[in-house]
Amino acid sequence: MELALPQMNFLTIMPETVLSVVAMALLLVNVLVKSKEKAYLGYLSLAGLVGALFTIPWGQKISGFEEMVLQDNFSSFFSVIFILCAVMTILICDGYFKKEGCNHGELYPLILFATVGMMFMAKATDLMTVFLGLEILSVALYVLAGFNRDNVKSNEAGLKYFLLGAFSTGFLLYGMALIYGATGTTKIAKIALAAQNGAVSGNMMFLVGMLLMATGFSFKIAAAPFHMWTPDVYEGAPTPITAFMSAGPKAAGFAAFLRVFIIALPSLTVQWSDLLWILAVLTMTTGNIIALSQDNIKRMLAYSSIAHAGYALVGFTAHNASGVSGILFYLLSYTFMNIGAFAIITIIGKKGEANNNVQDYAGLGVKRPVLALCLAIFLFSLAGIPPTAGFIGKFYLFAGAVQQGYIWLAIIGVLNSAASVYYYLRVMVYMYMKTPEEDFNWVKLTPAVALCIIIAVAGVLIPGIIPNSVLNLAAISLP
Amino acid sequence: MDYILSLITFIPLAGVLLLLVMPRNNALLRGVALAVSLITFIASISLICEFKSIADYQFVENIPWIAAGSFRMNYHVGIDGISLWLVILTTFIMPIAILSTWTAVEEKVKEYMICLLLLQVGMLGAFISLDLFLFYIFWELMLIPMYFIIGIWGGKNRIYAAVKFFIYTMVGSLLMLVAIMYLYFKAGAGDFDISRFYGLGLDPGTQTWLFLAFALAFAIKVPMFPFHTWLPDAHTEAPTAGSVILAAVLLKMGTYGFVRFAMPLFPDATARFTPLIATLSVIGIVYASLVAMMQEDVKKLVAYSSVAHLGFVMIGLFALNQQGIAGGMLQMINHGISTGALFLIVGFIYERRHTRLISDFGGLSKQMPIFATIFMIVTFSSVGLPGTNGFVGEFLVLLGGFESKLRLWTILASSGVILSAVYMLWMFQRVMFGELSNPKNQVLKDLNGREIAIMTPLIIMIFVMGIYPKPFIDKMTPSIEKLIVQSKQKQVASVVLPPMNMAIQEMPAGHPALPTGHPVEAK
Repeated sequence: MELALPQMNFLTIMPETVLSVVAMALLLVNVLVKSKEKAYLGYLSLAGLVGALFTIPWGQKISGFEEMVLQDNFSSFFSVIFILCAVMTILICDGYFKKEGCNHGELYPLILFATVGMMFMAKATDLMTVFLGLEILSVALYVLAGFNRDNVKSNEAGLKYFLLGAFSTGFLLYGMALIYGATGTTKIAKIALAAQNGAVSGNMMFLVGMLLMATGFSFKIAAAPFHMWTPDVYEGAPTPITAFMSAGPKAAGFAAFLRVFIIALPSLTVQWSDLLWILAVLTMTTGNIIALSQDNIKRMLAYSSIAHAGYALVGFTAHNASGVSGILFYLLSYTFMNIGAFAIITIIGKKGEANNNVQDYAGLGVKRPVLALCLAIFLFSLAGIPPTAGFIGKFYLFAGAVQQGYIWLAIIGVLNSAASVYYYLRVMVYMYMKTPEEDFNWVKLTPAVALCIIIAVAGVLIPGIIPNSVLNLAAISLP
Repeated sequence: MDYILSLITFIPLAGVLLLLVMPRNNALLRGVALAVSLITFIASISLICEFKSIADYQFVENIPWIAAGSFRMNYHVGIDGISLWLVILTTFIMPIAILSTWTAVEEKVKEYMICLLLLQVGMLGAFISLDLFLFYIFWELMLIPMYFIIGIWGGKNRIYAAVKFFIYTMVGSLLMLVAIMYLYFKAGAGDFDISRFYGLGLDPGTQTWLFLAFALAFAIKVPMFPFHTWLPDAHTEAPTAGSVILAAVLLKMGTYGFVRFAMPLFPDATARFTPLIATLSVIGIVYASLVAMMQEDVKKLVAYSSVAHLGFVMIGLFALNQQGIAGGMLQMINHGISTGALFLIVGFIYERRHTRLISDFGGLSKQMPIFATIFMIVTFSSVGLPGTNGFVGEFLVLLGGFESKLRLWTILASSGVILSAVYMLWMFQRVMFGELSNPKNQVLKDLNGREIAIMTPLIIMIFVMGIYPKPFIDKMTPSIEKLIVQSKQKQVASVVLPPMNMAIQEMPAGHPALPTGHPVEAK
């Protein structure tokens, strides 16, 4: 009797394997070592992440596990984003969780598992792998959002995220089921093949499946009108976790969204690009307009992150080379600028998530000029003002749209960008133009946080001034 | 000497880095900033000496910068007769602006000097860029330091003024960014070199939209009539050095943008919109003059006079003939010198009395004779009295406008000459002459050595340019001729068509009888 073993290729999931092994080992270590000090777990996970970073292959296209995963530059680029995101988050975790008195060791393995989940999403060439990656990511994130278990808001965030996350996963799964029903396969390459048949692509089930998947992904990337969970979850979750969620999982959502729609559904391009046009406009406008009136800086960045998803959707609508490489570049830059900003918010905040209002930043520029300067750089980059990476990224996104003929979309995008300047400037007004009310003596800049901020500043300014290498990397990393 | 332009642009940046690491010793910080700006100025003198009066770009540097995806952006800089004097004006005004803050700014001197020098990098970079993308980067770069200068060191209402300034300028420039992208894709693969976009032969409909996007960005900066509302706020709230730079250089970005980009890039649209722009300019001149007349605050009065003066510049530029453009260009420099000087003068009395209301003064000429003399000269220059620089510029603008299609508008605009005399001289009379009744004014001290030193170069320039403007105009002439050819491209091209050349010459551009996008187009 012949036993047909599926063709496996462990090389394709090397970084994920490394991270999973480290994460499981850390769980054991955490139990076995009786110590109140948990920072060493952070260092170990950093070592694991850096190790995983070096196992990421470049320039090859290897399919593994019967086309369940595909190791290509696209997935490598996203893996780098996820690992950077995890590294920077871990650097700011220790100080924060000690301050909040919930310094539990599970934190680090959970972040690593979430990273593994994201990497699978970027690698997935089968709808099942997308779902699997998404679940690994989401389950870890639900716990992380509610990690500050003595804080009511954190609990609320965890529960809300869980309920809405489960709901949206339902949409996604139902969409996948309908696509499977229409085409008889879950492999995205084969879906595209099957859809070349007019009877399949004209099938209502296929179209509805696409719509439901778009809905599910829109929940994950927090595109309006599926963004309602974002502000509450971002505000309630522990600040370092908010930083993590706003950058990594959003990028992972885009990775899967891009791969599935561009590879599997080229037959519906007209329909989904129209749909994304509307989503992009709604998302940018909703995010920016509501952000204008926010006082809580975490909430403001939550709405701004909705708007940023909208900018990325502009590039997605165009789905040409500059648009998609613009998305990759932008998501990478966004990781730097957003986590950088959150790193500063983490150390400015007092115990119990106090001191997170814009007004509390009055006079930061006088009392802590270096921190204020760094925050100013991040905010200018978020606003898309040169010479920062945020500007270059936006330029490529909007240029992609213009190239594809979506002039009005680009105009709506830049006008949104102009509106967003107002709320970013508002923070700067408080930092530099108001008299200080406090002397910020509780702000402790630990070496880890400082390293995180330095990485972020470098990641914002260097690609902002000499973007060539990152842009070229993005250009060869298209799905 | 190949890298002289980069050197001039980035000396201030080196100064910024130096200031960053220096201790907070105010005297030292001021000294270093002044030294840096003086070195920049001296370096820029070599540009005048080596500049040849030809139409080509000179001191060109072209280094590949970004090459990714379908885009090529180069660090491509160079100057011609149009940008030469604006670069010099920038480097000339900067030491004066820094010197003017010697006693006015006591807080956060380090940050202030850093902002001023960064601003200079942005301004110089924008004037020398020959790559649209690079231009945009520098154009936006100017916003940040100016925003902080107004917002941190400004007056009572500074935050409102700073945010208004930033958002106004940002909206305009972002729409220009979309237009730049569109233009790029219209031109096909390549780089953002502006000479590639000249003579692209776009159809008039496209030109209209692109022109509007560019013109909005520049009109806000100039500022032209309906978009001028940010200016009085920004000027009134900004500290003296900020106002000086804003008036002397930043506003010129708008008019320079028209000359360098909007007009030569979109000749058809330029012809089409000339009446509209001229109308707005005339409204700006008359309206701003009337508003200036009624101001009680000297600084606001000077701010509104800026709007009126730049209206003249716009009329001159859109006259599209040699005299008009030369006059407009000259008037840009003149306005930089005389309005800069006026803001300095307002700064002097504000530092002494902490008020700028005209009614608080009167009879100052008895108490401050040197001040009165200097103020008088600058006022005459601003009014455009013969013998001062203002006369030459205004006269050429009016002459050029009168000989062009804008004759009617020019006649209306010339009322602005009278109005400017009315508001300036009336203000001068109320501040300087009459009874020295206010006891606080009876103890005012005359200008000190530093203040006289600040004003001397400006006074010298007022007379030099007023009596012998030839060298200034001569260096511009070839570039202006090239600009006129570029901006009238479609019209000239049509003239080449043999059978009906006489008839078409008299026709306005964009006339329905003209075949659009005709193959016979000038390259």
